[in-house]
Amino acid sequence: MTSHSRSRLLFVAGAVLLGGFGYACAGGRSASLAGSADNAQRVYVAPGEYDELYAFLSGGFGGQVGVYGLPSGRLLRTVPVFSQHAENGWGYSEETKPMLETSFGFIPWDDLHHTALSQTKGEDDGRWLFVNGNNTPRVARVDLTHFETTEILEIPNASGNHASPFVTENTEYIVASTRFSIPVPNRDVPISEYKKHFKGQISFITADQPGKMDIAFQLIVPGFNYDLARAGKGPSAGWMFFTSYNSEQAYTLLEVNASQNDKDFIAAVNFRAAEACMREGKGRRAAADYRHNYMDEFSRVGVSTRKTSVLQIMPTDCPGVMYFLPTPKSPHGADVDPTGEYVVAGGKLATIIPVHSTVKMLQAIKDKAFEGELEGIPVLKYESTIAGEVKETGLGPLHTEFDGKGYAYTSMFISSEIVKWKVGTWEVVDRAPTYYAVGHLMIPGGATAKPYGKYVLAMNKITKDRYLPTGPELTHSAQLYDITGEKMRLLLDFPTQGEPHYANAIDAKLVKDKQIKFYKLAENRHPQVTRTERETGIERRGKVVHVRMTAIRSHFAPDNIEGIMVGDTVLFHVTNLEQDWDVPHGFAIMGATNAELLVMPGETRTLRWTPPRPGVYPMYCTDFCSALHQEMQGYVRVSPAGSTVALSAGNSKVAAPSRAPTN
Amino acid sequence: MTSRARWLVAAAVLLLASAYVLPLWRVDLIAPQYPEGLGMLIRIDGVEGLKENDLNSINGLNHYIGMKPIVPDAIPELRWMPWILAGLVAGGIAVAALGRRLPLYLWGGTLGLLLMVGLWDYWRWGYDYGHNIDREHAIIKIPEMTYQPPLIGRKKLLNFTATSWPASGGVAMGLAAALVALAAVESARHGRRTALVPERP
Repeated sequence: MTSHSRSRLLFVAGAVLLGGFGYACAGGRSASLAGSADNAQRVYVAPGEYDELYAFLSGGFGGQVGVYGLPSGRLLRTVPVFSQHAENGWGYSEETKPMLETSFGFIPWDDLHHTALSQTKGEDDGRWLFVNGNNTPRVARVDLTHFETTEILEIPNASGNHASPFVTENTEYIVASTRFSIPVPNRDVPISEYKKHFKGQISFITADQPGKMDIAFQLIVPGFNYDLARAGKGPSAGWMFFTSYNSEQAYTLLEVNASQNDKDFIAAVNFRAAEACMREGKGRRAAADYRHNYMDEFSRVGVSTRKTSVLQIMPTDCPGVMYFLPTPKSPHGADVDPTGEYVVAGGKLATIIPVHSTVKMLQAIKDKAFEGELEGIPVLKYESTIAGEVKETGLGPLHTEFDGKGYAYTSMFISSEIVKWKVGTWEVVDRAPTYYAVGHLMIPGGATAKPYGKYVLAMNKITKDRYLPTGPELTHSAQLYDITGEKMRLLLDFPTQGEPHYANAIDAKLVKDKQIKFYKLAENRHPQVTRTERETGIERRGKVVHVRMTAIRSHFAPDNIEGIMVGDTVLFHVTNLEQDWDVPHGFAIMGATNAELLVMPGETRTLRWTPPRPGVYPMYCTDFCSALHQEMQGYVRVSPAGSTVALSAGNSKVAAPSRAPTN
Repeated sequence: MTSRARWLVAAAVLLLASAYVLPLWRVDLIAPQYPEGLGMLIRIDGVEGLKENDLNSINGLNHYIGMKPIVPDAIPELRWMPWILAGLVAGGIAVAALGRRLPLYLWGGTLGLLLMVGLWDYWRWGYDYGHNIDREHAIIKIPEMTYQPPLIGRKKLLNFTATSWPASGGVAMGLAAALVALAAVESARHGRRTALVPERP
């Protein structure tokens, strides 16, 4: 049995199982497999050629970002963000540890859900990638000139920072909101008093100044679960749209208790009105405790600072800042089309896709077409904002992106397919199966004013029979479809790292030509930088020994260290003296309980080491740097506590040949 | 000298002076690990990398084979050459201003000689770097192997292909020499034809 026919059988089985939902998928997969040689050609990137696009896939529970080339699906790099990364020492080296500090202490992991590229005039500009940490609420900035996390901001009064870090048209703000409403400020209360104490928050974070992310203001909102968001543009410029669910305010068994209401809400926030409200002094500064961490550009040392207050706005103090738009059944995505006129909601449990008109919404606000209020926030009438409903979509509409040619593509989690429909007529024009259970989908630039179009990428939760099995835990996967024609065409499956929830892709031209090839040694302002071998040395300060080392092909200086005693803490400050592209040096020492260092050219990184017992410990370069990489090594002698061995660091002199050369 | 010859000399002087800003020679090094290439520009008063840090990278690689590092400050010619060129430029201006044949011949001869000495010195410099290597401490020892880059042309040196050509300043100097030769020939012909007529400055 070929895998093709086996999959078809499984597909039929899946459709039968889903029959319980009263729905069977109309599309077949055979069409998408036609012309597979042509498909192969479309994703083939010849050796030495570049991919057309960079794709940034969130790593989900992996806590990192995966950088892939499209259309090949080749993994180019993992950018460590919220999780320690032993591979290069992220979160282990002294310089990077402060990046993972929070008000809860040092946290080595997070659940990274969404990505957002910086924008200028509503288009991706390739400066930064923003990502969110869901578990311990944080947002981070990745600088795309060197693919490194340069900034992390914790979000106070938040819990489950899921609706984040969606970006405004000119990167004025990224946002963060609450998935799990909690007492604000957080305190010890009975969970059963949810409705009395639990609140949501929606934060707007200034994002266009690197190193200076800050919470501009925080709206304190009803205690629902807030979900995905998108910024308005065009007629809806100055607005941000968040979905919310659990308007039932359930606090137990949410799968049932939060699915009772026919409609939940999209929260429309007018952030320009919020700014005006703050200028009028209607915000209030509340005590808070959170961290702002950033990587100093020149020393490349992470700095963690503590912040003790946050500006809060109560929507009731600022009429016009926030409205609720009733939206069917626990919506997930709130997706704004390229013109900014429409907001598409994906009601996970709905059988239709409701589309709101922002133009109608503005009129309805003017007309005060309210059906009531919720904790002082006006609720607009469903009919007053709705532009249309996409019918017979499939099951479990989650997330929609746009191709810039008038079509929208919605992922259907339960019926496991992508549905293409026409904006304006709301008619479904094509559908393509995914393998299996697609969560988000992504069209390059599909959330911007000017989509790149051409492809849609499905990010699937279940892969079952799609890859060679690897025990109970299987890879998640992405599937690339060509969307240049009338029919979507599946081109490629590729496995992904962690669980990508969302992704962005951008024309490679906007990123590849501004890459930093190495850090300039002359500009290195690390307090322990060693710019030449002559400056290397060793210094004891009580029980702490600082070793200032250099690495260059193919030796360390010093490479023989004596006088270390058990009970000492040794800090190896390793500067990579290379000033050339693609020549990192690694540094590892036997028994180190943290990780290695991977030191980029021109950079200084520090490894902390506490030898537990006397002996001689080898250290070596871990990155195959040159023909004599294997010779790039040294020894550290560790003596018992109280030993009289003098502290010394031998700067390697060229040894005389032990015998006459034979050749 | 005819007025055309004087203009030729004046043009040659300008071309010579351009060597203060234009590089004289260019050496390119390509290897599998350096698809983007490394390179050096030789100027009248210095040696610099084609890209920032190229010179450092070249010196870093050269240490494997025991070659001396290229330290522009330690090459005395680079200190003298600007002054020699200044002399040539001043001489050229004088020749054009005087408009007499004898100074032209003397100056032209000196120019030709100095250019040849310069080329020979550059070749000798390459020979010294390529041959005078620290064979005792070299990391990569290949008996009989020398690493002299070509004066002009292309040569394979281990994993590197070295290419060496005159750069814009070098071409300008060659052109200057040609113009001066032309001026000399022109003046000589004209001189013979008008030998009985006293020349006017």
